[in-house]
Amino acid sequence: MPDTRHEPIRVGIGTPLDRVDGPDKVTGQAHYAAEYAVPNMLYGVIVSGRIARGRITGIDETAARAVPGVVEVLTHRNRPSTPWLDRNYKDELNIPGDPFRALESEHILFSGQPVALVLAETFEAARFAASLVDVSYEAAAHNIDFEASLAERFLPSKKRNSYHPPKNHGDADAAFAAAELKHEARYHLATEHHNPMEMHATTVDWHGDGTLTVYDKNQGSQGVQSYLCNIFGFSKKELRVVNAFVGGAFGSGLRPQYQVYLAVMAAKHTQRSVRVVMTRQQMFTHAHRPEADYTIRLGAEATGKLTSIDGDATTSTSRFENNMEDIVIWGMINYASPNMKGEYCVAPRDTYTSADMRAPGAATGMTLFEIAMDELAYKAKVDPLDFRLLNYSDIDAMYRTPFTSKALREAYRDGAAAFGWDSRSPEPRSMKEGRELIGWGMATGLWTAEFVKTSAKAKLTADGRLEITSATSDIGTGTGTVLVLVAADTLGLPPDRISVRIGDSDLPHSPVQGGSRAAASGGAAVQLACEAVGKRLLKAAEKVDGQPLHAARSIEDVIFADGRMILKSDPSKAVSCADAMQAAGLEVIEEEQTAQPGLADRISQMTRSRNVHSAVFAEVRVDEELGQIRVTRIVNAVAAGRIINPKTARSQILGGVVMGMGMALHEETLGDNRLGRWMNHNLAEYHIPVNADVHDIQVIFVDEPDPDVTPLGVKGVGEIGIVSTAAAIANAIFHATGQRHRSLPITIDKLIGT
Amino acid sequence: MIRFDYARPTDLAEAVREGSGEQVAYLAGGTNLVDLMKENVARPTRVVDITRLPLADIQETEAGGLRLGALATNTETAYDERVRARYPLLSSAILAGATAQLRNAATNGGNINQRTRCYYFYDVGTPCNKRAPGQGCGALGEVNRIHAILGTSPQCIATHPSDMAVALAALKAEVRVTGAEGDRVIPFSDYHRLPSDEPWRDNTLRPGELVTGIDLPPEEFSTNYSYLKLRDRLSYAFALVSVAVAMRLEENRIAEVRIALGGVAHKPWRREEAEDILLGVSPDREAFGRAAEVLLDGAKGQGANDFKIPMARKAIVRALEQAAAGTPQSQTDKRIA
Amino acid sequence: MSGAALSLENDPGPVVASTPIGTVPVAITINGEQHRLSLEPWVTLLDLLRERLHLTGSKKGCDHGQCGACTVLIDGRRMNSCLKLAVTLDGSEITTIEGLGQPGNLHPLQAAFIEHDAFQCGYCTPGQICSAEGLIREGHARTRDEVREQMSGNLCRCGAYTNIADAILEILETEERA
Repeated sequence: MPDTRHEPIRVGIGTPLDRVDGPDKVTGQAHYAAEYAVPNMLYGVIVSGRIARGRITGIDETAARAVPGVVEVLTHRNRPSTPWLDRNYKDELNIPGDPFRALESEHILFSGQPVALVLAETFEAARFAASLVDVSYEAAAHNIDFEASLAERFLPSKKRNSYHPPKNHGDADAAFAAAELKHEARYHLATEHHNPMEMHATTVDWHGDGTLTVYDKNQGSQGVQSYLCNIFGFSKKELRVVNAFVGGAFGSGLRPQYQVYLAVMAAKHTQRSVRVVMTRQQMFTHAHRPEADYTIRLGAEATGKLTSIDGDATTSTSRFENNMEDIVIWGMINYASPNMKGEYCVAPRDTYTSADMRAPGAATGMTLFEIAMDELAYKAKVDPLDFRLLNYSDIDAMYRTPFTSKALREAYRDGAAAFGWDSRSPEPRSMKEGRELIGWGMATGLWTAEFVKTSAKAKLTADGRLEITSATSDIGTGTGTVLVLVAADTLGLPPDRISVRIGDSDLPHSPVQGGSRAAASGGAAVQLACEAVGKRLLKAAEKVDGQPLHAARSIEDVIFADGRMILKSDPSKAVSCADAMQAAGLEVIEEEQTAQPGLADRISQMTRSRNVHSAVFAEVRVDEELGQIRVTRIVNAVAAGRIINPKTARSQILGGVVMGMGMALHEETLGDNRLGRWMNHNLAEYHIPVNADVHDIQVIFVDEPDPDVTPLGVKGVGEIGIVSTAAAIANAIFHATGQRHRSLPITIDKLIGT
Repeated sequence: MIRFDYARPTDLAEAVREGSGEQVAYLAGGTNLVDLMKENVARPTRVVDITRLPLADIQETEAGGLRLGALATNTETAYDERVRARYPLLSSAILAGATAQLRNAATNGGNINQRTRCYYFYDVGTPCNKRAPGQGCGALGEVNRIHAILGTSPQCIATHPSDMAVALAALKAEVRVTGAEGDRVIPFSDYHRLPSDEPWRDNTLRPGELVTGIDLPPEEFSTNYSYLKLRDRLSYAFALVSVAVAMRLEENRIAEVRIALGGVAHKPWRREEAEDILLGVSPDREAFGRAAEVLLDGAKGQGANDFKIPMARKAIVRALEQAAAGTPQSQTDKRIA
Repeated sequence: MSGAALSLENDPGPVVASTPIGTVPVAITINGEQHRLSLEPWVTLLDLLRERLHLTGSKKGCDHGQCGACTVLIDGRRMNSCLKLAVTLDGSEITTIEGLGQPGNLHPLQAAFIEHDAFQCGYCTPGQICSAEGLIREGHARTRDEVREQMSGNLCRCGAYTNIADAILEILETEERA
């Protein structure tokens, strides 16, 4: 078909694009871990333990084994042997301590610990038989109460890799003592559970030839593959892990969960395919956001200018691993103060190890810090937004390094304008409509921008179709769609000509997806791979009659658009990619490339800070008498560098905001310390926001060109939406009611009064 | 879920025959029973599927009221034109509960027979007198923010979770039941019971008895009523406290009023003394406050649910205000007028 | 019996039915296709769909009627398929997400969900769409507030609620105009 267009239509980075997996997801054709049809498969149902600490003294499986269809009951007594050393059980996150091993021994470390796996020919038989496994215990003293655990708090000698110790400056104590304005208070965040809609699940397809495919819910197929190979003695050629569709995770899939361990153990033991799906109750027996205690002391001049920042935080962990988070550093990075110090500890409880949950550390530390900042703003009688501008730092105030970019001022400006912050009445309790007090609050969000070694392959076929492959995951983030846009941008192909395959350990290397890194890292790898394809196309174009592109010395000299290479210096000269391949006799051009921080990047990472920022504004309406809170408006203005897909990026922020609403008002896992057990372990009593709770959310991406932060100028948007949303809401509740709440969530009972 | 026999009778007599014996459960919409069976809390060895019984109609009664078939769904009932016009309190309460999906499946009989949401009752790994008599009450002194403040016993502090039942209590409905010994009509206030020392008994149904319908008396409260529900999120959450008010005003004096509370006791909570003190008075906050004090007389917090006492007091006053003003609580716009 | 002493000793334990238990013949129409099945009475509709008929579009998010991911249309009305014993549905017509539309032949709601990016991970999505279809057929929701309230039986942990409301309102408005 002759192309008569002169202006090439480019769809690429910055174009809002529908999710490429949308049609599969909306029609039920997307297959999640428990949805692969595998013949001759056993169903495994996990039996959860009842006590929090102690040991199993007996297991009577007789009744369970008598159920027709039951094939095996695995317990610590009959499980196949597995390696001794902890190092075999270390996963990609490498949390210091002894990784949990299901069915390892008679020892019980937390309530709900798996104590048996019943395997049967049908799900129903396994479920019934699981209820018949009779386990007796000898209980030991336990504690799951966070407040009580603080007595045992400590700073682990071996730190988690991702932990950043606070960097102190000046003399925070002296500055605080001398400060004209002081604020000191203790803040708290409840234990939260991730509760992705898909429960953790694994289907092991035991092929019978020594190989197996493990369809598993996780955030990194290759990390889980390594974990399983290290434990069960398979090679990576033999054991493939697929996580093509992941029904949410929010951090719960960063580490292999115990169902995948049990499923592979069972498959190896029975030499059959096995499916194990956790129950929703069992989703409360593993990863959770740590409970947090954070004492914040702020000193300031009478004007409100900070002179001292001092934070002392503790988060919960288990007795067998030391999960650490960055809690105290965020306020220190964000605000100018000559004196600052931070302390951080963990406190062990008899629960499973706490885990990363959306914006780990910042969602807790920055949120609570932003409530403290609001308190000081009122003490200084300065508008909360002006107060933040007064203490604005153009450099990273803790590391004392410049940022690659920081458009937070612009985020404040655009967010405030969209919200109408100017018309806020400063006094608490001064805005009212009918029975409802109205409050406006704001807060600052902060997260990191990272870029990690990732590979991708681009395969162009003579029919003009491009396939992108990488082992990276899409947990709802829109990763695949982002990769298509980067490829479309690089090679000038329409997105409908580009397919993407991700979520498979057989594909080019990718680390676990988390921390808002996937778009920047995977995108960079795809760009490199597509550029490599482009170079070969340009080379192939030399074979085209008349060599229309002979003036092009490199791909810098051509524009890839609309399936063609167009000479920049003379756009009348162009060669279609298909013609080039045909002329060169090429059926396929395939290139795999790895994007990784080079030496210069690593030096730059030490000398320049890389962060994403946000300004969150919230309106709440509070029926003061009855305590009912409605969050009627949120504006979240985000400075996240370059946005590859505005459509899916906006959704990431919306999702973070909604989870932040849950953090502010609803989410709290309630523990019975006498039993050592979480009690509201279901979605009826662990409340996450529902549609009725969510009114109007406006997302703004401010312009923030930053060629230095990552190769594509991308900072990532997966976490920032949740950071400080709860603070903006808590601050709005104060503005509405004059009541300051320092413990999240702010449930209705806290507002009801007496 | 344990294994069980299954029967699907098509007439009432057959159903009652099938329903006799130990560990038999009647199954209608399944929204509560199937849930409890999956949790191994309900362990019937025989399930009698009553969905084919002819009990799904909503009909006029000779007395001039409405008879809600036990198998009419919550949705059918809430949106029935007669119910909406004459008993909007009931419609409102039903729509305040659960979700569209659950209301489409749940039946009227099943709704009033639903069991408590107590965490301990639901978790067989924990002690509960209601589920397993003699184990003790796990919620006493522990996680009990959703529990009862009125009518508790040392054996049990569970609440009844229904919204619909609270409105039925205020409307003075009657429950029609049938069983091997024939038909009975039970006044709503006698249908549910307090836990006393038999917390496993939620209601006064005898073994094998089946609810066939719920009769609404002729008195309509179509102007001055309100169902006010306070909960942990704005929808799809059980009531922490709810208040159903049905009121009749004559010349701006209260001629009749019923107040029922949900979320505070093992049954919808009414006290006629509280209603009596409002009779003949003009509706105002002070009078409503006095009624609230009487309704809540003897209320006792369990620790984490102490807040329910002031919450109930304030909610009673507000619901009475809403009813008196003719501005019932909307179940869509969650702003509380 | 005492209110204070706690134990789990008196747990009656599960009781196994003494009588032999067989399967029950059931005829169910699913997405227009009639299935004659012989089922144990304890099989839920959701597990029947997912594990036996490989219709995995209906999702298991809680298995207790607390999330809405398993929502299907039973005789035209939206319900939680996890709480329905399949044997009770003899003679019923079920529509699952697979019956609403397919890639290349999308139902208007499915297209609107894509257009409005009304999902992220996609796990709650089939339930949301079936629920939305039920909502439209019910005809009780017209305003945004009504849609939000009546879609509150479908949890979305990715937080796509505003986009879900936008997608449904678009279809509602289109139908109103038509």
